[in-house]
Amino acid sequence: MRAAFSAFLAVATAVALAFLVLPVVAIFTRVPPGDLLHALGQDVTRDALLVSLKTSAIAHAAVLLFGTPAAWVIARKRFPGRGLVLALVELPLVLPPAVAGIALLATFGRVGLLGNELDALGIQIPFTQAAVVLAVAFVESPFYVRGAIATFEAIDGTLLDAARTLGATPARVFARVALPLAAGGLGAASALALARGLGEFGATIIFAGSLQGVTQTLPLAIYAQFEADFDTALAISALFIVIGALLLVALKLYPWFRFVSIFRSRFAPST
Amino acid sequence: MVPLRLDFSLPLRTFDVELALDVEAETFALVGPSGSGKTSVLRAIAGLAKPARGLISLGECIWFDSERRVDVRPEDRFVGYVFQEYALFPHLTVEQNVTFGGGRADRLLWRLRIEHLAKAKPGELSGGERQRVAIARALARGPRVLLLDEPMAALDPHTRGSVRAELHDLLRELALPALLVTHDFEDAAALADRVGVLSDGKLRQVGTPADLLGSPADPFVARLAGANVLSGVAARTANGLTGVLLDAGPTIFAAEEGSGRTDVVVYPWDVSLAREAPDDSALNHVRDEIVSLTPLGNRARVRLKLLTAEVTTASLERLELQPGDQVVASFKATQARLLTRT
Repeated sequence: MRAAFSAFLAVATAVALAFLVLPVVAIFTRVPPGDLLHALGQDVTRDALLVSLKTSAIAHAAVLLFGTPAAWVIARKRFPGRGLVLALVELPLVLPPAVAGIALLATFGRVGLLGNELDALGIQIPFTQAAVVLAVAFVESPFYVRGAIATFEAIDGTLLDAARTLGATPARVFARVALPLAAGGLGAASALALARGLGEFGATIIFAGSLQGVTQTLPLAIYAQFEADFDTALAISALFIVIGALLLVALKLYPWFRFVSIFRSRFAPST
Repeated sequence: MVPLRLDFSLPLRTFDVELALDVEAETFALVGPSGSGKTSVLRAIAGLAKPARGLISLGECIWFDSERRVDVRPEDRFVGYVFQEYALFPHLTVEQNVTFGGGRADRLLWRLRIEHLAKAKPGELSGGERQRVAIARALARGPRVLLLDEPMAALDPHTRGSVRAELHDLLRELALPALLVTHDFEDAAALADRVGVLSDGKLRQVGTPADLLGSPADPFVARLAGANVLSGVAARTANGLTGVLLDAGPTIFAAEEGSGRTDVVVYPWDVSLAREAPDDSALNHVRDEIVSLTPLGNRARVRLKLLTAEVTTASLERLELQPGDQVVASFKATQARLLTRT
């Protein structure tokens, strides 16, 4: 009985790993590395790479700038409706990206919620690079904010109180105590959100379209190329795998949690 | 020196902390079991918890006044707060911790004999060292009040004595109103000029440690001070003493007067032990069985079925006492204090 269970565990693990690894291996074996590099040099790929880098950078900066204070407030303040806010933050996580695209159109489109106001200001968002930025930010922000809330919640509140009694204003407590202590968790959440943003597809294609050099990001380029030139699609996919692997390695190698582990290793609290 | 004046009511989950107390330039210890609201008092003084109503002031400075809607922010109160477990910033060095609120570290580090640790992180320090860093940090901004939350709790028993003596000297030297919170009456008696016993947010008794030991207001205070509290029924005896027939069986004689339901308070250090009832002046000899022996440095706590005695380990070895042994516990009638139930 015990041996049977061990065998079952081994087989299940092998199947799961093979299923996850095989497609990744396939991308690198299907086409010789030389051809992959050649495909990356093509205009379509270079344009898409530039659009992706630019829009992701802007979107990610905005997510960090607005998401960090928002996460701090949600994590440390007790206010009515906090549970609802927490749920709303996570809602985009469970939405299909296509729904996110439609929702953004319904907000910023010509006939959308803010359509008249934007029209009056002469601003048109759908099918521009700004639309890509909005789509990417919308889809990636829950990944960052959720991780940031958990990180801020884990900070020992007495440290924040101690800083106050030492004369620190709330802004200084945030900058000198909360941010350094949360750096590890914020970095991890930020990397995860960045990876998710770079891979954004559904919301972008609906809200921003797929115009080469303007709104065509790397995932959209894969979709555009997979019928026209499968090798290019493969090359971009390979590039993603490399980026993803680098992000994961960076996360594992960086000693994110050293403050926390040192602090927790000391005495257990008494009352 | 202007006193710290406290007169406020702070609602907690199951009870309200209601406190009226003036603290001069002295060390005042709030003693109580865990959950009695001690820490909440410190938090209210520091501005980290907001009372429902009342007043908190230091001399002319009003920090909190519900009627005048004054509530000074924690960072503007100049309170030195030594937190329970010390709450040192784990990402900063000892020196950076101490200078976090401004000021210079070198003199304080020297005074607390931790200058060699200036570049160390809190995670590398022992409990005693962390306590010194926390005190140095609390003093660095020149506070006008010092608050200490269980400063001895995170220390191991054998460094406790020396740390207590040093903290005592430091508190005398500072001559600040210092409010210390502890669950340990011995710590309070060793460190404080006055002690207040807190239970469910209310002060049961305030006095010098000697006052509280000599005339505890009620059984709760007596127990907290470490006494045996034995209940029974008191009646006048023919020899002019009071006899208390304990619920547990034996009769105890006391010099104080009492009648009706009464608690007898006997301190463990007043109880002596012998194999056979000695022929001495003590009136109370209770035959009892040893339940357990707990060494406390050069003394030992001997728990009997009825009461607890504290004797030197030297006596313990001479008498070769073991758990399970039958002994006679003796104390004088003058050492049995009576608390008559009203």
